[in-house]
Amino acid sequence: MSLRMPRVRRARLSLFTAGTASLALLTTACGGGGAGSSAAPKEFSYLSVTENTTVKTALTTMSKGACKSANDALPLKVETVPQASLDQKLQLLAGQDALPVQFAAGNAPALTQQLAKSGKVADLEQELKSLGVLDQLEPAAVSTIKALYGGKVEVLPYEYNIEGIFYNKKLFQENGIAVPGTWDELVAGAAKLDAKDIQPFSASGQQGWPLTRLVSTYLYRSLGPDALQKVADGKAKLTDPEYVKAAEEVAALGEKGYFGKGVGSIDYDTAMNQFLNGKAAMFYMGSWALANVSDAKQNKVGAENVGFMPFPAVAGGKGSIDQYPSNVGLGITLGAKSFDEKTGAWASCIAKNYGSTALKDHGSISGFKVNTEVKDANEVTTQVRDTISTSKQNVLWFEALFSTKATTVSQTNAAGLVAGSMKPEQFMQTVQDALAAQ
Amino acid sequence: MHRVLGDRRAIAILLGPALLVYSLIMLVPIVWSLGYSFTKGNTIDGFTGNGVANFSRLFDDPAVHDALWFTLKYAAIVTVGQVVAGYLLALLYVFFLKKSSALIRTLAFFPVVLPTVAVGLLFQKFFQVAPQTGPVNSLLNAVGIESIDFFGSAGSAFWVLIVMDIWRSMGFYAVLLFAGLVDIPDEVLESARLDGASGLRLIRHIVLPLSLPVLMSSLIFSINGTLKVFDSVVALTNGGPGNGTTPLTLYMFQTSFTYSDYGYGSTIALLLTVVCLLVSLVVYRVSQRDLTEG
Repeated sequence: MSLRMPRVRRARLSLFTAGTASLALLTTACGGGGAGSSAAPKEFSYLSVTENTTVKTALTTMSKGACKSANDALPLKVETVPQASLDQKLQLLAGQDALPVQFAAGNAPALTQQLAKSGKVADLEQELKSLGVLDQLEPAAVSTIKALYGGKVEVLPYEYNIEGIFYNKKLFQENGIAVPGTWDELVAGAAKLDAKDIQPFSASGQQGWPLTRLVSTYLYRSLGPDALQKVADGKAKLTDPEYVKAAEEVAALGEKGYFGKGVGSIDYDTAMNQFLNGKAAMFYMGSWALANVSDAKQNKVGAENVGFMPFPAVAGGKGSIDQYPSNVGLGITLGAKSFDEKTGAWASCIAKNYGSTALKDHGSISGFKVNTEVKDANEVTTQVRDTISTSKQNVLWFEALFSTKATTVSQTNAAGLVAGSMKPEQFMQTVQDALAAQ
Repeated sequence: MHRVLGDRRAIAILLGPALLVYSLIMLVPIVWSLGYSFTKGNTIDGFTGNGVANFSRLFDDPAVHDALWFTLKYAAIVTVGQVVAGYLLALLYVFFLKKSSALIRTLAFFPVVLPTVAVGLLFQKFFQVAPQTGPVNSLLNAVGIESIDFFGSAGSAFWVLIVMDIWRSMGFYAVLLFAGLVDIPDEVLESARLDGASGLRLIRHIVLPLSLPVLMSSLIFSINGTLKVFDSVVALTNGGPGNGTTPLTLYMFQTSFTYSDYGYGSTIALLLTVVCLLVSLVVYRVSQRDLTEG
């Protein structure tokens, strides 16, 4: 007995210790304590997506050049996650109050606004103004950001894109097609190409958004630039006949086989390759594709054979052909808590230098002013840059004002719309239901 | 030994640490998740009480109905497919290939060790129609049938998924059932043969009843695995086209982590738990009855 007791007591003690240790482990795991949560960050941590290499590389270049002093005070540290897991990562980090200093703020503006509402995102308009660099942002980019984020500057314009249709000049010329000014001319041109066994459009149904963009831009042309704002405000429904018409028109292109075979299995790179290898005549895409167009390794048809045209007008429509759909790419923002003097030094250096660095090194057009003159790589780049600087009014994209759920529902069903497995009214109904569910 | 196990304190010491770890990483999250079912919100906005709203939504949500139907349909077909194909393979090993079955056994088991993502990509390429025509469509073209966009409609994507999952796991069930079959005493088979039973009759009256226990465990094993299918769907179709091949697990994942609605996601998880529990109970009851009869 006298021998047993201490052994049991010892065991009890070790049990208690083990329990306490595991509890302690749990508490530390759940608690904050990440690099970005403290008031004074020790490094300029930046969480980005694996798919986007431009911003990461340009910032690294700048950390060794123009922003060296900012980098010495607060060294740049990049971390990436696959784009598909970005939203989950952000939610977890925000829940633990461990957001980095700078981060890609979600795949949909809805998540960014959610973060902003809970005070996680810096008021960039105010911060940049007090740093005296707000004028380094292109006014067009600022107005796009405000349209997207409820009138506030919640992200930095690391990209500024307009969207339109890239076309193969050679194929157009050989088949006697002029640049179409109206939707009917576009459809007629596509029919001509199809008759010659040339695939008229390449598009990624796997991504979905390159297809829903056609629906939304048709809507902007037919119903005017406030078409989707009305849906967001509840003043109109996607199931209204004039809205369904847009889906019908896009579905009709699919029905005629203008997107080629198995559009739902085509991923982004394949769609791009089809166009750049001359297998498809037209490609609806944003100006970020200029980087691929300018790359001789990827572009087999040659940059001189690629043209860019605005989405055509719809006969009798309220919209105009010079209202380009625009966006600022993946929204990248700065955390509210970690915004101090050293972060400010980085922000002001980025505002002054990012525009020219990105354009010079990557051919990427941003919403920051280009302060050092950069020579354009080709004619189509010049054309797009001119269009951006002269554009007066811009429109958004289909899912810009949607909830995350409606965005996913819309993009995953888009391939079904053009493949014919989903009727146009059924597609619009499904998306409208997802919108109403929030 | 008996004295040690008869002592309550000794039992507590032996079980305590494991029970503590189990409680912390299994029971606590389960109860916690149950609690989330009555809330609305996410880690960014915080959580607010939501009463039973999530449960009434569960009954009205057509996406849940679709996902539940898909899950049950998938589980039923794949379970039957896996176990039947596995059993046939096991019979082949034992009665036809006999001692020389090692090579075939290894080959049939090979897909089990492949990562699901790799198998998913393999089948995607196998059945694809664009950008390149895959082998299956090439075969169809060769006999004069036009290419089919297998992943373009929910119906055909479902069958590709079924074929993939049966192919992927039949080797595993074959080995499991093989172990059961080799356990049947040779004398029993011998005497049955002397009594004139052969071929199908031997299998129907002797082999099947004697291998029923292991067959039942395979069924329970399989149905619980297939009800919780996630990785193979994500790898092959990611739930598409639309939500045509979305099981409950994937819908739960999307709701919680993509649409950041943790409360409703937990409610869907609860539904899945209840379904698993019910199905296991039914299979268990059926197997008990059969065993006493057999």
